[in-house]
Amino acid sequence: MNDHASMHQTGNPGLWRWIKSGDPMIWLNAAAVSISVIAVLGLLLLLAVRGFSHFWPKDVMAASVQYQGQSRQVLGEVVEQVEVSGEQLREAGFELQGPGPFYQRSLLKQGNRDFLGTDFIWLIDEQLAETSHPADVLVVERLEWGNFYGFLETVTRAGTQVADASSDPALAWDAFQALIHETLEVREQIYRIERAEIGRINYQLERIRLRERRLELDQALDAAAKADLAADRSELEANYRVLQGRLRELYESIAEHSYTARLIDGREVSLPIAKVVRAYRPNAMGYGDKIAFYGEKLWEFLSAEPREANTEGGVFPAIFGTVMMVILMSIIVTPFGVVAAVYLREYARQGFVTRTIRVAVNNLAGVPSIVYGVFGLGFFVYFLGGELDQLFFQAALPSPTFGTPGLMWASLTLALLTLPVVIVATEEGLSRIPKSLREGSLALGATRAETLWRVVLPMASPAMMTGLILAVARAAGEVAPLMLVGVVKLAPTLPLDGNYPFVHLDQKFMHLGFHIYDVGFQSPNVEAARPLVYATALLLVAIIALLNLAAVSLRNRLRERYKSLEN
Amino acid sequence: MTSLSEHIPPYLARWRRLKDRIATVSITAGGAAVLVAILLIFFYLMYEVLPLFQGASVEPSPGVDWRFDGEPAYLAMEEQGEIAFVIEADGRSHFIQVADGTELGSAELSLDGSPATAIGPEGAESRLLALGHASGAVSLISHEYRLSYPGGTRVITPRIERPYAQYDLSLGQGRIEKLAVIDGDDALILAGVIEGSGLAVVRYNKEEDFLSGELALEREELRMPPLPAETAAVYLGADQNWLYWLDSMGDYVLVDLGNTEQGVQRVADRGNLFRNGGELTTSGMLLGGLSLLSTSSSGELVQHFVVRDESGHRLQRIRGFDTDGTVVTGLLPEHRRKGFIALGDGGELQIFHTTAHRRLFNERLLDDGPVASAAISPRGNSIVALQTGGAVKHWQVHNEHPDISWSALWDKVWYESYDQPDYTWQSSSSSNDFEPKYSFAPLAFGTLKAAFYTMLIAAPLAICGAIYTAYFMAPALRRKVKPLIELMEALPTVILGFLAGLWLAPFIEDKLTGVISLLLIMPIGILLFSFLWAHLPVGLRTRVPDGWHAALLVPVVILLAWLSFATNDLVELWLFGGDMRVWITNEVGISFDQRNSLVVGIAMGMAVIPTIFSIAEDAIFSVPQHLSYGSLALGATPWQTLVGVVLPTASPGIFSGLMIGLGRAVGETMIVLMATGNTPIMDANIFEGMRTLSANIAVEVPEAEVDSTHYRVLFLAAFVLFLFTFGVNTVAELVRQRLRLKYGSL
Repeated sequence: MNDHASMHQTGNPGLWRWIKSGDPMIWLNAAAVSISVIAVLGLLLLLAVRGFSHFWPKDVMAASVQYQGQSRQVLGEVVEQVEVSGEQLREAGFELQGPGPFYQRSLLKQGNRDFLGTDFIWLIDEQLAETSHPADVLVVERLEWGNFYGFLETVTRAGTQVADASSDPALAWDAFQALIHETLEVREQIYRIERAEIGRINYQLERIRLRERRLELDQALDAAAKADLAADRSELEANYRVLQGRLRELYESIAEHSYTARLIDGREVSLPIAKVVRAYRPNAMGYGDKIAFYGEKLWEFLSAEPREANTEGGVFPAIFGTVMMVILMSIIVTPFGVVAAVYLREYARQGFVTRTIRVAVNNLAGVPSIVYGVFGLGFFVYFLGGELDQLFFQAALPSPTFGTPGLMWASLTLALLTLPVVIVATEEGLSRIPKSLREGSLALGATRAETLWRVVLPMASPAMMTGLILAVARAAGEVAPLMLVGVVKLAPTLPLDGNYPFVHLDQKFMHLGFHIYDVGFQSPNVEAARPLVYATALLLVAIIALLNLAAVSLRNRLRERYKSLEN
Repeated sequence: MTSLSEHIPPYLARWRRLKDRIATVSITAGGAAVLVAILLIFFYLMYEVLPLFQGASVEPSPGVDWRFDGEPAYLAMEEQGEIAFVIEADGRSHFIQVADGTELGSAELSLDGSPATAIGPEGAESRLLALGHASGAVSLISHEYRLSYPGGTRVITPRIERPYAQYDLSLGQGRIEKLAVIDGDDALILAGVIEGSGLAVVRYNKEEDFLSGELALEREELRMPPLPAETAAVYLGADQNWLYWLDSMGDYVLVDLGNTEQGVQRVADRGNLFRNGGELTTSGMLLGGLSLLSTSSSGELVQHFVVRDESGHRLQRIRGFDTDGTVVTGLLPEHRRKGFIALGDGGELQIFHTTAHRRLFNERLLDDGPVASAAISPRGNSIVALQTGGAVKHWQVHNEHPDISWSALWDKVWYESYDQPDYTWQSSSSSNDFEPKYSFAPLAFGTLKAAFYTMLIAAPLAICGAIYTAYFMAPALRRKVKPLIELMEALPTVILGFLAGLWLAPFIEDKLTGVISLLLIMPIGILLFSFLWAHLPVGLRTRVPDGWHAALLVPVVILLAWLSFATNDLVELWLFGGDMRVWITNEVGISFDQRNSLVVGIAMGMAVIPTIFSIAEDAIFSVPQHLSYGSLALGATPWQTLVGVVLPTASPGIFSGLMIGLGRAVGETMIVLMATGNTPIMDANIFEGMRTLSANIAVEVPEAEVDSTHYRVLFLAAFVLFLFTFGVNTVAELVRQRLRLKYGSL
């Protein structure tokens, strides 16, 4: 903004003059900006690289580890490489051959937790020999025990062997894939029955129990009512038995599918196909295959449920929970925030009191979110929820319905938390509307309400939207208060389903932010979970950055609009 | 308005007016409701916190009107406070319904026809009693209660159990005058005074038969050191290590039951309990069997427990309680908390709590004769007293939260089995007689420590960045840089925390030398670059337009950072023998945690920089341009103009930005939760972690029992955070408003 003369002086200044001119300080200040910008971009880059690379099928390396005259075979993906000083390694009790003070170490994901015990091992690179990337390495993602790495031997369908890789590898592979797809389809059916149909029956049984208890409390549980309940119950139970039978059949139909594979150490193992999620041969994949695989994994991440203590699979329930909570919160916060802003700006008499209120509202935005969480837990959950249970859900007591953390209380707490954001943004929008417009409307005979409804609010609507978007962005990233008022690491069902009343406000839910905290810090196998955490973090950042950019562009549009009005 | 409404039908005009009225009313109501909701946070938190600071209240129970005409030697109450258990001097015991005096059962406790000559209860929370007899024999009894619900109503059935009835327990030969008992996992210890022969202590070592599971007791007599005068009281510590002997003048001897010296048990310490002299009036052990309470005829009421120092163990006076001059003649320790009731000789009743060092109640409740025996119910909500005349008094006690006081929260407190007073936060434990330690000091210290290191990193970066962006940067660049840095404000803190905990912390641990050399290399390198830049030919220099230094520096900064990390291993090998962590621990002598304050400072700095940057930048940018033009026109350099004119004018805005940033750093939860070890320590060491108020709430609230002291203390922590940030933000806001007024006049 300023020309600074010293920079443009001709000739080279002396050191002392250079210092006196203040130039070094200006450079240091400039460095502060550079560092901040690099930090922001570096952070986003780190997230992006780690988050996106998670889905890429890495090549699988086979090698033999030579150490103290012994050698053993390893097979796995190299996940990380670091350089360490020989000092540290020797202290840790390793014998080293190499000359240098530094050694390369690799973290190998060897999988096969059921056979090898640990799925990650650190290797010192100098001990590795005969590294190769065999094309026929098989990677199997499984429902339990993590990934399997090995070589396909035979495929068995319903107890009879259908293919042998030693005679015809391609045929065996095709048979294997076909069988996996077949099994997956059966599993899909099983899932549907277990989740949707049996889930519904359980839900209805629970409702019958509550109805019975309700009648009992009202002392209206007579013989007729009892018979009625028993009839309903027996019908449901009959349905349940039918479904159970079908489930058993389905389970039996896939129980006998299996495959045998060879581990790198030569052991041969037989594994059930029913536990296979997908199988692939990364070393044999071309770029096209890899990109397709990447897309498939990305889609799984966005649309599937988590597996294996949240360390594998997708984050769909967390996305769903976050969105649901944010929507509910918006429904609560928008009317109240807008009404409060309209009151402060249009109806209240401007003076000391309104100024004080405005300062207070501003300051509330700076109150730590955990304080809102504590308030939500004490006031909403225990006080309001407890009262609600006493009034309307007595039948379910002593197990609480609303007197326990849940979706509704989480939304309400976050609505309170984001209220200042909406109020401040809406007020700013209202204050930008020229007074002449309101006066014009009033002069034409409109009442104050009509002026507000027809002139002021439409013009302030972009500001409200900005406020709402900022509120949503804040709510989506907030975790601390949610930990107290309703978020859980694993919710058995979504808060929205086909069972009456469809939206379950009393249920606990999953949340992307909490998912990051939980998987990253509470997971038993942090190493395995880490890539997924990066991907989740990237997703959350992307959502929030998008929302914020939307808010910024809306704000700019709004400003343009008033510029033309002011002229 | 009226002129227009002539053209429209009157009912429509009325309808419109009505609508207007409705809108006004509902908007005002809605606005008020929102404001009330905001106030509600404040008042609800206060409502949850206030009971902590209320005293206790004691009311006589209505309708308790019966008499006990006997000579009570011991009195206790059952869990619900509904049944009293009395032992009379003649050896009979009775279970009596407290509400109406109905006798529910009685038992003969005499042994071979001799009634108990001494009764020694095991401890405050125990129902085990040792009865000493005239022959020197000891019998153990415990009063037990069974709950049953026949027909939906609760029935309590009392009974007496006689543990160790099959063993012949004895203290010696002769009439037992005083008695104490402790039953542990390995041994049963009896201590008492036998008429004529003085103090005797017997330990029965337990040995379980592997095959039959039968318990065998092996009797062992412990030889006591010679003791001066007549015994007033004897107590055994719950850990079976200590025997406390008191005489009527308040002299004490602490005997070590674990060690002998020349064949007799070692005397660990001796002295006098009281500072102002006077005779011992009564004494007792507090819940847990670690603390000795004693009172003197001069009105002193003191707590002692055994403390270890370099010279060994001694009985340390921990605190004295203000009895208001009352001479205490009865002490009733509570069964679940470290509190007790004191009964004065003039009929006063006082309620105390030891950890909180607090007197919760003091009133004269009795004016019709002394108390023969009294007991408090295990839940601490009722007291029953039998007076010598036979009258029975029963009071309801409301004493929900005795364990919190200003001193318990903020001062050093001498906790039981600690060697010195300390600030400690330890809210729960597995054992029942645990002394909760609710000191906010380590949490407040941790909060401020985190905020300090955060501000140390964020303040210079944010303010320098704001100065450059607002005053020197080219407008085109500023339009891009400012939103970018502000975008960081929207970054969820859980992501910063996760990166700090899982990526930054291991990284810093690995490249510690690089991080430290970065602090040196970065400014030197930048200054060097700028000096070289100033010496470049003018033609080359002027190619970069003014105000683009920052862009020019980006590759330089990256290069310098890369340089420091790339040389990390070499420098570490050269200076610190290959491992700086080990070097720090061994040579400097400070411990190093992977998740430490440096990590928190950097991560939280990232969260706070945009806040400070944005406000400070606005403040500097809105300094009227004619001020700096004037200064430049008078010949000042841009830097002089900035320091002399712009910054002073913008300083309130910068201050306000710092305050708001501080408020954010103080309240941030997720980053500290994930990037520190969350241990409540008081140590300013940058390489150790901390536990902050906010993280503490997040960790402990889900486990705290609703409306318990712990729960309310966590609410208090939230309230403290609320007040602190609200205060800091209000100051910042007021400063900003004044700034606005000031610019208005320029």
